[in-house]
Amino acid sequence: MKLYCLSGHPTLPCNVLKFKSTTIMLDCGLDTTAALYFLPLPLVHSPRLSKLPGWVSKDGAVNLEKELKECSGRVFVDSQPEFCLPEKELLDLSTIDVILISNYHCMMALPYITEHTGFTGTVYATEPTLQIGRLLMEELVTFMERVPKAQAATCWKNKEIQRLLPGPLKDAVDVWSWRKCYSVQEVNSALSKVQLVGYSQKVELFGAVQVTPLSSGYSLGSSNWIIQSHYEKVSYVSGSSLLTTHPQPMEQSSLKNSDVLILTGLTQIPTANPDGMLGEFCSNLAMTIRAGGNVLVPCYSSGVIYDLLECLYQFMDSANLGSTPFYFISPVANSSLEFSQIFAEWLCQNKQSKVYLPEPPFPHAELIQTNKLKHYPSIHGDFSSEFRQPCVVFTGHPSLRFGDVVHFMELWGKSSLNTIIFTEPDFSYLDALAPYQPLAMKCVYCPIDTRLNFHQVSKLLKDIQPLHVVCPEPYTQPPPAQPHRSDLMLELQPPPMAYRRCSVLGLPFRRRYERIHLLPELARSLVPSEIKAGVSVATVSAVLQSKDNKHVLQPVPKPAPVPPSKKRKRVTEEPPEVLNPKPLLSGAVPLEPFLAMLHKVQHTLSLRPNQSAQSACR
Amino acid sequence: MPDIKVTPLGAGQDVGRSCILVSIGGKNIMLDCGMHMGYNDDRRFPDFSYVTQNGRLTEFLDCVIISHFHLDHCGALPYMSEMVGYDGPIYMTHPTKAICPILLEDFRKITVDKKGETNFFTSQMIKDCMKKVVPLNLHQTVQVDEELEIKAYYAGHVLGAAMFQIKVGSESVVYTGDYNMTPDRHLGAAWIDKCRPDILISESTYATTIRDSKRCRERDFLKKVHETVERGGKVLIPVFALGRAQELCILLETFWERMNLKAPIYFSTGLTEKANHYYKLFITWTNQKIRKTFVQRNMFEFKHIKAFDRSYADNPGPMVVFATPGMLHAGQSLQIFKKWAGNEKNMLIMPGYCVQGTVGHKILNGQKKLEMEGRATLDVKLQVEYMSFSAHADAKGIMQLIRMAEPRNMLLVHGEAKKMEFLKDKIEQEVFVRCISCYMPANGETTTVVTNPSVPVDISLNLLKREMALGGPLPDAKRPRTMHGTLIMKDNSLRLVSPEQALKELGLSEHQLRFTCRVQLHDPHSDTDTLGRIYTHLKRSASHVFPSPQRMWDVLLSDLTLNS
Repeated sequence: MKLYCLSGHPTLPCNVLKFKSTTIMLDCGLDTTAALYFLPLPLVHSPRLSKLPGWVSKDGAVNLEKELKECSGRVFVDSQPEFCLPEKELLDLSTIDVILISNYHCMMALPYITEHTGFTGTVYATEPTLQIGRLLMEELVTFMERVPKAQAATCWKNKEIQRLLPGPLKDAVDVWSWRKCYSVQEVNSALSKVQLVGYSQKVELFGAVQVTPLSSGYSLGSSNWIIQSHYEKVSYVSGSSLLTTHPQPMEQSSLKNSDVLILTGLTQIPTANPDGMLGEFCSNLAMTIRAGGNVLVPCYSSGVIYDLLECLYQFMDSANLGSTPFYFISPVANSSLEFSQIFAEWLCQNKQSKVYLPEPPFPHAELIQTNKLKHYPSIHGDFSSEFRQPCVVFTGHPSLRFGDVVHFMELWGKSSLNTIIFTEPDFSYLDALAPYQPLAMKCVYCPIDTRLNFHQVSKLLKDIQPLHVVCPEPYTQPPPAQPHRSDLMLELQPPPMAYRRCSVLGLPFRRRYERIHLLPELARSLVPSEIKAGVSVATVSAVLQSKDNKHVLQPVPKPAPVPPSKKRKRVTEEPPEVLNPKPLLSGAVPLEPFLAMLHKVQHTLSLRPNQSAQSACR
Repeated sequence: MPDIKVTPLGAGQDVGRSCILVSIGGKNIMLDCGMHMGYNDDRRFPDFSYVTQNGRLTEFLDCVIISHFHLDHCGALPYMSEMVGYDGPIYMTHPTKAICPILLEDFRKITVDKKGETNFFTSQMIKDCMKKVVPLNLHQTVQVDEELEIKAYYAGHVLGAAMFQIKVGSESVVYTGDYNMTPDRHLGAAWIDKCRPDILISESTYATTIRDSKRCRERDFLKKVHETVERGGKVLIPVFALGRAQELCILLETFWERMNLKAPIYFSTGLTEKANHYYKLFITWTNQKIRKTFVQRNMFEFKHIKAFDRSYADNPGPMVVFATPGMLHAGQSLQIFKKWAGNEKNMLIMPGYCVQGTVGHKILNGQKKLEMEGRATLDVKLQVEYMSFSAHADAKGIMQLIRMAEPRNMLLVHGEAKKMEFLKDKIEQEVFVRCISCYMPANGETTTVVTNPSVPVDISLNLLKREMALGGPLPDAKRPRTMHGTLIMKDNSLRLVSPEQALKELGLSEHQLRFTCRVQLHDPHSDTDTLGRIYTHLKRSASHVFPSPQRMWDVLLSDLTLNS
């Protein structure tokens, strides 16, 4: 039992579990924070960005004017943004049998893994995960492909040169493994390998292992996974939430009795309370709109946005801002809103019962009907003519490096009336804003991360009592910014096994038993004898049949009577290799009968004494 | 000997009031709880007194499963749970849970408000009954209790229709409900994995029919509708509000659009809009094509089909009306039929099966004079066409499902006895992977199937690995080997370990059996020489006594030393 850790990112995991004879990849997260080192991709020509000075080292020895640009003291790579992939060298990715996906944020690296590595296995995911994951991937591809960059910067990656670079760029790791975004073809091919599963569905892998997704409560169709055989159980907990938002609540009891629990995807902002943040979000939004400014919300096209819209649906009327338009701009905005309404089975009880009426589960259907919420595929086309200020714009990508949000940053950044409100916790907002500095616009940071916090997780672990816990290294120490907050780390007995990128952990349990089936005929022929009170023993002699990792014991076939041999035809069927049954020789020997028996047989004792002697022993 | 018992309380050699009791591994499960459309008396509900003469059913049943929302599968549910008394779980899929109470309420209204029957379940009872429902998803394995688990498969008959696998230990039963093996315009085909159940309980509505291709039927249907409309006639299509109605609507909608027809199409009752809305929200249950394109164009938003009002029936000119219910036994479809029956220009298209005793069944059997309430008779002059659009598997489809699931035994329900007989012969003759015995119990008749479950045992991994390694790198099925082990039975656990380990675990010492035999030899040769000769001799004639030649050599040597 081994765990290969291909990603060090705690919320975008990618681990490979070798369990019995199977190789299982757990999630396939793509670390998009690497994009922050790059210049934003503007949708329309931006004079400000194109006029940024190139970077030349102080002594003038290194000149990377073409590749690196400087903005407010920070250096950015002027090329198509790249992403940091899971480690590909730690093990042969073509040996992976299955990939289990826990939620749509954790599958973004899938095309890199399933294409071009020789992967031939199956990917398991729930239907919402697949559909929304597809939308997010298509969105990413569209963002990249509609503003192609002529050149790709690579010189800066040279080790000698990177060493001389300033700031965060110098410390970026593994830059050679960074890759550009995939294509639509690769997305389609990767997703064609997905097999859909439902919560609590038991999926057999090669007869050896059973995997089961369980509701994790974090997003539509998000799941934790149980990987088990008859005797061992590994739980994989990734991105779970105990808050009541739109998804089905987290299923906890099935995680009990785990030998090993792999814990990833805890909240990235442990100090922020999602409810408080939502309140702050609303009040800041109202303040800006009242002052006549616009609000920009950089966000993913699915997930928290549904909750934000629902919250605003109630809030706007009560705040007397009912006439303010909401715009949701994304190539997949319409699909995302439509898809959210059809996954009734994956929603919380409250929303489910609405569907029974039948009414759409999310109130954004009503917002669209009453024209309060409008969605557009991009800022081009209808949007430019229908757009009315002041307004609230939801658009991606939250890294502020690509997507329509870049345009709004350029458009609204210069006015202090406008506000940008960050709700996604994946990116540091200061880093995200760096290439737009100096900025007059107000910035509000209201990260809403509904995933488990340390308090919830320690309570959960107390309930489900796993024997061992494996988690990313950052969870075993307080956050670097708050070294005294020992409550913001995992403290367990025995201490959790920590991993980082490229770790290989041996998981601490030994397999001792395997399930085997005795055929009814064999079971009937057994003669148990009681050795001690409550303990019976029977000797079994049988033929072992192993097929598809399932083992069956059959009775020993009686040797077929040898047919009168015809001369030229040889018997093709070989009789089973029969070994004599071997009884258990133990216990007290009844001396008298034994001697009597010996006496009786002593004359016939020959070189074949075993049968008679044995019968004596019984 | 463990066995599985199946007793139909309804739908045994009959169509209507499906209700089948299954006893498996000490668990009792009720499959479906329907009403019979052909009766208006006690016979319309299953006879629950079979389960218990007096008192509630709760302690006799572990769970109730409803396959889909048609009333002949769920119509008796509030009666069973609220009036007879059952408080355990009732399982059904989400769409069934959504739609079932609406149809029940409709049924109640027609029976109580229109026909004035008393002693019938009330609206409140329907609500209380639905509170006991536990919704489940496709392929989700639901653990009813420690031992009993159920799993739903897609059945394609109507929105949310499911087949159910019921499993206790290694014994299992699959109940198909109603299913359809050919995808249609709005639903996909039924599918099940090779789960090899002990019994497959299948519907057999179309046991003797092998239907021609769907396309032909559709073309035929459109042609007949078109002709009637062209000559100014009215077309009445009795349907159930959900299911075939949507398929035919999609069909007519596209045809109207293509041919640019102007004659109005109406859909009766307020259910329409609601029904279509269910389809929109449960679009994941429809077929691939509709699911893929729903963002761009939702197939269930109809342009040409409008809501029907009672007054329209007397409007002059051609029209097409979809009216409920589908068997012409009550309600709007019957009313319109009475109005239009006298005109030979009009047409009645029956797209589904009609249960015995209904007006629909009589007309389809060619009856030209109908006795109506109040002794009046009605002459049927309009043209009557029967077109089987109801989504049941035909004989071919049933065979297909058998091949998919590979059951050990087959049990037919939900069909007419004669037709079942034919299908039974066919199944028993057909060469499947193994022979299948086929049963077709009547209502109240119990079928017992003996199962032969194997015994699960924990084998020590050491022993298993050792044995598997001995068999060579690849298992050789042609040359089985015998293995030895000791089965330890303790506190309900069965463990198979190697004999040595068993002794060690039980704290027993093993007796060493040693056989000595003194032979005096007078041999002129040297000691070593003699030894060698004995060795060769023994090796030839008695090697089976010794575990290895080396051991034999050791024995010989030690004995020799003893003697000399």
